[in-house]
Amino acid sequence: MRDVAVVGFAQRTMPQFDGSPTMVELLVPLFADLWEQTGWTKSDIGFWCSGSSDYLAGRSFSFVSAVDAIGTIPPVNESHVEMDAAWALYEAWVKIQTGEVDTALVYGFGKSSAGVLRRVLALQLDPYLLTPLWPDAVSLAALQARAGIDRGLWDEKALAEVVASYSGAEVADLLAEPMFADPLRKHDCARVTDGAGALILAAGDRARDVRERPAWITGFEHRVDTQSLGLRDLTVSPSTRGAAAPLDLGGLEIAELHAPFSHQELILRTELGIGAEVAVNPSGGVLQSNPMFSAGAIRIGEAAARIWDGTASKTLAHATSGPALQQNLLCLMEAK
Amino acid sequence: MSKQLAAVIGVGQTHYRAARKDVSMAGLCREAVDRALADANLGFDDIDAVVVGKAPDLFEGVMMPELMLAEALGAVGKPLLRVHTAGSVGGSTAIVASSLVQAGVHKRVLAVTFEKQSESNAMWALSVPVPFIMPVHAGAGGYFAPHVRSYIRRSGAPTHIGAMVAAKDRRNAAKNPYAHLQQPDMTMEKVLESQMLWDPIRYDETCPSSDGACAVVIADEESAASSPNPAWIHATAMRTEPTTAAERDQVNPQAGRDAAAALWKQAGITSPIDEIDCAEIYVPFSWFEPMWLENLGFAAQGDGWKLTEAGETEIGGRIPVNMSGGVLSSNPIGASGMIRFVEAALQVRNQAGEHQVDGARRALGHAYGGGSQFFAMWVVGSEKPSN
Amino acid sequence: MTRVLSAPLEVSFDYTRSLGPVLSGFMTGLRDRTVLGSRTTDGRVVVPPLEYDPTTHEALSELVPVSSVGTVQTWTWVSEPVRDQPLDRPFAFALVLLDGADTPILHALDAPYDELRTGMRVQVRWVDEPQGHITDIACFEPASLVEPDVSASERRVETTEPVTGIITPVNLDYLYEASPEESAFFRGLAEGRLLGQRCPKCQKVYVPPRGACPVDGVPTTDEVELPDRGIVTTFCIVNVPFLGQKIEIPYVSAYILLEGADIGFLHLIQGVAADEVRMGMRVEAVWKPRDQWGTTVENIEYFRPTGEPDADYETFKDHL
Repeated sequence: MRDVAVVGFAQRTMPQFDGSPTMVELLVPLFADLWEQTGWTKSDIGFWCSGSSDYLAGRSFSFVSAVDAIGTIPPVNESHVEMDAAWALYEAWVKIQTGEVDTALVYGFGKSSAGVLRRVLALQLDPYLLTPLWPDAVSLAALQARAGIDRGLWDEKALAEVVASYSGAEVADLLAEPMFADPLRKHDCARVTDGAGALILAAGDRARDVRERPAWITGFEHRVDTQSLGLRDLTVSPSTRGAAAPLDLGGLEIAELHAPFSHQELILRTELGIGAEVAVNPSGGVLQSNPMFSAGAIRIGEAAARIWDGTASKTLAHATSGPALQQNLLCLMEAK
Repeated sequence: MSKQLAAVIGVGQTHYRAARKDVSMAGLCREAVDRALADANLGFDDIDAVVVGKAPDLFEGVMMPELMLAEALGAVGKPLLRVHTAGSVGGSTAIVASSLVQAGVHKRVLAVTFEKQSESNAMWALSVPVPFIMPVHAGAGGYFAPHVRSYIRRSGAPTHIGAMVAAKDRRNAAKNPYAHLQQPDMTMEKVLESQMLWDPIRYDETCPSSDGACAVVIADEESAASSPNPAWIHATAMRTEPTTAAERDQVNPQAGRDAAAALWKQAGITSPIDEIDCAEIYVPFSWFEPMWLENLGFAAQGDGWKLTEAGETEIGGRIPVNMSGGVLSSNPIGASGMIRFVEAALQVRNQAGEHQVDGARRALGHAYGGGSQFFAMWVVGSEKPSN
Repeated sequence: MTRVLSAPLEVSFDYTRSLGPVLSGFMTGLRDRTVLGSRTTDGRVVVPPLEYDPTTHEALSELVPVSSVGTVQTWTWVSEPVRDQPLDRPFAFALVLLDGADTPILHALDAPYDELRTGMRVQVRWVDEPQGHITDIACFEPASLVEPDVSASERRVETTEPVTGIITPVNLDYLYEASPEESAFFRGLAEGRLLGQRCPKCQKVYVPPRGACPVDGVPTTDEVELPDRGIVTTFCIVNVPFLGQKIEIPYVSAYILLEGADIGFLHLIQGVAADEVRMGMRVEAVWKPRDQWGTTVENIEYFRPTGEPDADYETFKDHL
């Protein structure tokens, strides 16, 4: 395999973006930021790939106008996934592995606040048997949270401790808050966030030209579980475990986990075998900031940045998609 | 570093129909997938990864339906990707699957694309009204008709060319049991008599709205060795440009020209019309045949219609186009691009039945989408690429 | 004044879904007040049924009835229901393992919050007139000592036709916001002005202005007020009725290159027979009465010919 590294990363997130669902206005400064970081221009990019969702935007082809932010005359080698941009980054990494290109710019964007996010996400479910009941995303996560409590895997206090580790709040105060989707309180659920993220990948010398310590990708895996809630044991994540199996996680220093609900961080920690020696989510994680369709890619950017700045030599980023952690991706990065 | 060899070793299509009321979405996809696996002589356990392609989620009213289909597609425990590049998505999906093999990441990848347009109304799904804007297009036909008019003005093509294309594609479709429209007796005169919908586009010059799915199995050199007739992937290309831009050429878009140039170069082709034996081109409105013949470099600018008029795009002509009947005869939008790619593979595998071009050894599969702004194409051959 | 204009946007459609044999059997069962599951190759009874076996991937066909009474495996309380959920007041969602099944089904549970617990016994509450839809189960409710209403089975035989399709409405509410550049354009329209902007790099004038020049990837900036007249570059005569149509057919939609703009502007041509519209025709805007103006392109009712000689093809051929 070719040596490929993350060498550029920019993000903008906010509770509510006052602008168009194409988010062109947000992407323009992000790209400018990347040119600043790398000294490159768009002509240095061999492949472009983005991640977004029509249903988040409330219209078909929401990604089509986003390419205006690139400036696509002359035309570009470009693709799009209807997934979090972490998977767009995977497609770009594969493209570089084919040898066709040496560099790629990947971006993701989403305006979650345009609709009622937890309700929109009910459209990800079985359209015959589930969507007509509109089981919202928070309720599904809550069913998962209770299953773990009933099995003795965690309790409400453990969930509050996850939240407190980011917000600095007192566990007792958190537990005094009212239930939102029993056993989850509002602070157990990621805040609705608008935003975008963009990253640059480069192979070999192109990466070394840009960064003293490129974040070399030494493992990139993703898997999906069945969606059937009845077939799944909701307290575990086989797809995360499966994605981790080929990876050498020994010596891991930092993990950026995409856990939109507090109990899901506990599931991920268990599946990945993450102990106290690993710093989890130094970025602050997604409970405070979870821009749909870029939050996963942003985890990769955050984990890469810790390698660039010398904080760590081996970091892991995780991205998730689908109800109750159905689909999971892992990107392992190392300094060399 | 060069790409590893990859080949199509399995192809599966559903019968394309206005409404496949006998199946669910999973059932529709499995019909194509099961045929592709059988053709490849493989089972689900042999597949390393699954790539799903589909046009807008509003068509079926399911957000990222690959998630709810993961179980039925045998993707559980495997990598699953979902591609969406507008109308070109079927082609892009095949290219993403090819890349996974060409990169050496996987050995055998299943790619499946579908659309079940009968679940909703495509014209609605494509143009949900936007506040402050007045909807005047009236669907894809209304979008593309002005550009067809520009082509006619620019090229000086006689107005019957579009009808010739439509009649030819419908007659070809009658040789393809999977095709949605079965009109063996279609003639240019009948097309010209059909109602003008989006002037200058007539009813019979437009694509139908179809339910359908299409699947391919793409394998590495070692896995392809056991296939009796692999279609080797000689070149792939994708290019994108804006929907609208000042002085953008909407008739002969640069993204298409650039993609074709990159494609021919990769495939070692210097004269496409002499070196490509047949072409399956994304033609949802008949006039796009001459337009894309020029865009792809089969004819000089302004001359594409002359190939059509001379009958050179018929099966048996110099450059047969849309042997399957094309998008004009079957159009499950998300799958339409892949159906083009698959027809190219069937031709070089000598598996195209009654619409086989004799001795086809190298073929083009082509797809485009959005406002003629997303292009995806590949060249496949019966022999391993020599370059 | 807010930075951008906003307006509600409803995306609504009643999807018509065909079911295939397994789901058809299940829905037909619901219509007849019976819950069916599929038997997988490893001998489990999965409810609701699966179309394909999770192990062998083969199509499944055998459907077996299970009880309408079961046990809650996990639950949550929906304190703030959203539109179209089974109950419009706070309620529970639960995974319920029906007696005779090996996997649980998700549905609403109507029970007092303080009585909810994992392991509680619940039963199906059927709607009065089942249609063959998952919502035939209104919800679950705490199991009574008496068996659920069996007389229902006597009412069911009005039809024996299988249910092969369902209709599932999807109604979504969004708040649409225009970009700042578009907002400036729409606000200009409310004053009867057509405001374009110039790209600071390529100097092209865009109307409406853009958050990013599609060539250069930077926002258009310098405002350029454009006259409400220009030429038809190319057009289409529409004879197709479509959903939400406000304009009578046939009508002409055209790209109009306003004087001083570098990109066509899409609008209607009227005041002339459709078959007399030509490429290069000079046109001018016909505005609605001022008291009907809003922040919308619809302030201009249509464009009509000015009667001046057509523009030469060479002058607009690069705008096609």
